Amino acid sequence: MIELRNISTGYGVRKLLQGVNTSIDNGCLTALIGRNGTGKSTLLRAIAGLNRQYTGAILVNGTDISQMKRSELSRSVSLVTTSRVRIADMTCRDIVALGRAPYTDWIGRLRPDDREIVDNALDKVGMASYGDRSLDTMSDGECQRIMIARAIAQDTQVMLLDEPTSFLDMPARYDLAGTLRELAASTGKCIVMSTHELDIAMRFCDRVILLDPPELHNMTPVEMTQSGVIEQVFGIKKW
Amino acid sequence: MNRRTTIGFILLLIIMPIFFVLDMMTGSTDISLTQIWTVLTGGDCDEMVRRIVVDVRLLQAVSAIVVGVALSVSGQQMQTLFHNPLAGPYVLGVSSGASLGVALFILGVPLTGATASGMFSSVGMAGAAWIGSGLVLVVVAAAGHRFKDIMVVLILGMMFSSGVGAVVQILQYLSNDESLKAFVIWTMGSLGGVTPVEFAIMFSSVFIGLFLALMSVKSLNLLLLGEEYAVTMGLDVRRCRSLLFLSTTLLAGSVTAFCGPVGFIGLAVPHVARSLFATSDHRISLPASFLLGAVVMLVCDIASKTFLLPVNAITSLLGIPVVVWIVLKNKSITC
Repeated sequence: MIELRNISTGYGVRKLLQGVNTSIDNGCLTALIGRNGTGKSTLLRAIAGLNRQYTGAILVNGTDISQMKRSELSRSVSLVTTSRVRIADMTCRDIVALGRAPYTDWIGRLRPDDREIVDNALDKVGMASYGDRSLDTMSDGECQRIMIARAIAQDTQVMLLDEPTSFLDMPARYDLAGTLRELAASTGKCIVMSTHELDIAMRFCDRVILLDPPELHNMTPVEMTQSGVIEQVFGIKKW
Repeated sequence: MNRRTTIGFILLLIIMPIFFVLDMMTGSTDISLTQIWTVLTGGDCDEMVRRIVVDVRLLQAVSAIVVGVALSVSGQQMQTLFHNPLAGPYVLGVSSGASLGVALFILGVPLTGATASGMFSSVGMAGAAWIGSGLVLVVVAAAGHRFKDIMVVLILGMMFSSGVGAVVQILQYLSNDESLKAFVIWTMGSLGGVTPVEFAIMFSSVFIGLFLALMSVKSLNLLLLGEEYAVTMGLDVRRCRSLLFLSTTLLAGSVTAFCGPVGFIGLAVPHVARSLFATSDHRISLPASFLLGAVVMLVCDIASKTFLLPVNAITSLLGIPVVVWIVLKNKSITC
């Protein structure tokens, strides 16, 4: 579970969030939506501990992340960024196995149960047959799935994904969103993904957080639709 | 470990002693394998041969291994740390920083009226090289952190090299004939001029540098994904970067201090190692670079002695085609 307590953040005089309080439950797939530059990635990076430029407190399962050691946070929160990772001469299985880093010894040796977790993670994103392939021979969408498998292998209560569907075609987007929803429901994880695709947010997510600087709206998709706030924020005119 | 990796390591472990012996046999005086064996096993042989083998050839061959290992491992660390396939101690100006330190020591100390000899000279050269390479590495890394574009970092490295070249030219212009000659010989790179004291300092420093590199293997693997991913997987990037800087400074700085600026080994060998072993996993590619660096440097030393050329010229001739291959092959791939 993620709790934001009196969070304020921004760039210089530009306030993205001002005194925001909200919580994101376990077992839910939550979409983070908003216009460009409203702070979706900034908020995800803050929860992941990459951005400390905020005031207030971010709690993960009741613990303030600013009080957590880096190693402790890596066992609680995983992140999939938008950066394109291309590593020559390294198999997908090796990449996913890096997700076990918080649990392995000084040289990163995998135990049998680590290997099982890695294989299961590849299977969960439908990439089990890609285990021995190299990232530099795969499409952007396939690489993105491998990075999601790596986050699954990290086995954290909170999973954050920054626009995970952006490299995918339409069937693959729906497939991935369905996979994430199923993962949240079956494992009780708190999964938050930022997206620009409102259809995915409304159809697949349990909760939707709309960033509307300097505040945010946290509702179910039905509540969000009925509130009319989406039309207001995105400037959509009703026909 | 898969079959390819096992065979690769076995081959390198077989080839390395062969080239080591060949390197000891090569030189202006013909010395046979039997004579080397006799000397190394303590048998009876001519005193002159014994002195050549023990005092000159053995030290030079072991120095070649240390230099090859140090430059290859430091190059591999830098390529991963900077996320840049063209990184290496020579390209990023780390060797130039060490050169500046040594130039200031060799050319600058006589200008002050003081003289450097013996232990003071060896330690002074090493210290000057460490400070020079360490400073350049910190500045380049700070720039790399500030400007994410790898071209900026590379251009900065090149600018450092040019700037250092200019400063060294001024020092050369101002220095006397004796120190100028010593410095020019040093810039050509030589494995034959390493004294036992210098070797002891170089070996100790490289040993510590390699230990730090070994301790950083897991961190280096995480850095393959980029710093942000590495942080979210629990890596203390600041601590890791400091360890790698220290390791690279000890490895590249020490070697440059005593053997001159040896180019392209640090850049080329890690790529060849990754390609031969088909993996970027540092648990395999780092020891592979270690062994391959030793073999390549022994080969360069043999060629240097055979054709009576500076070892730096040989490493450049061997390294340039590899760099061209990297540029053509890895146009869109990070290391």
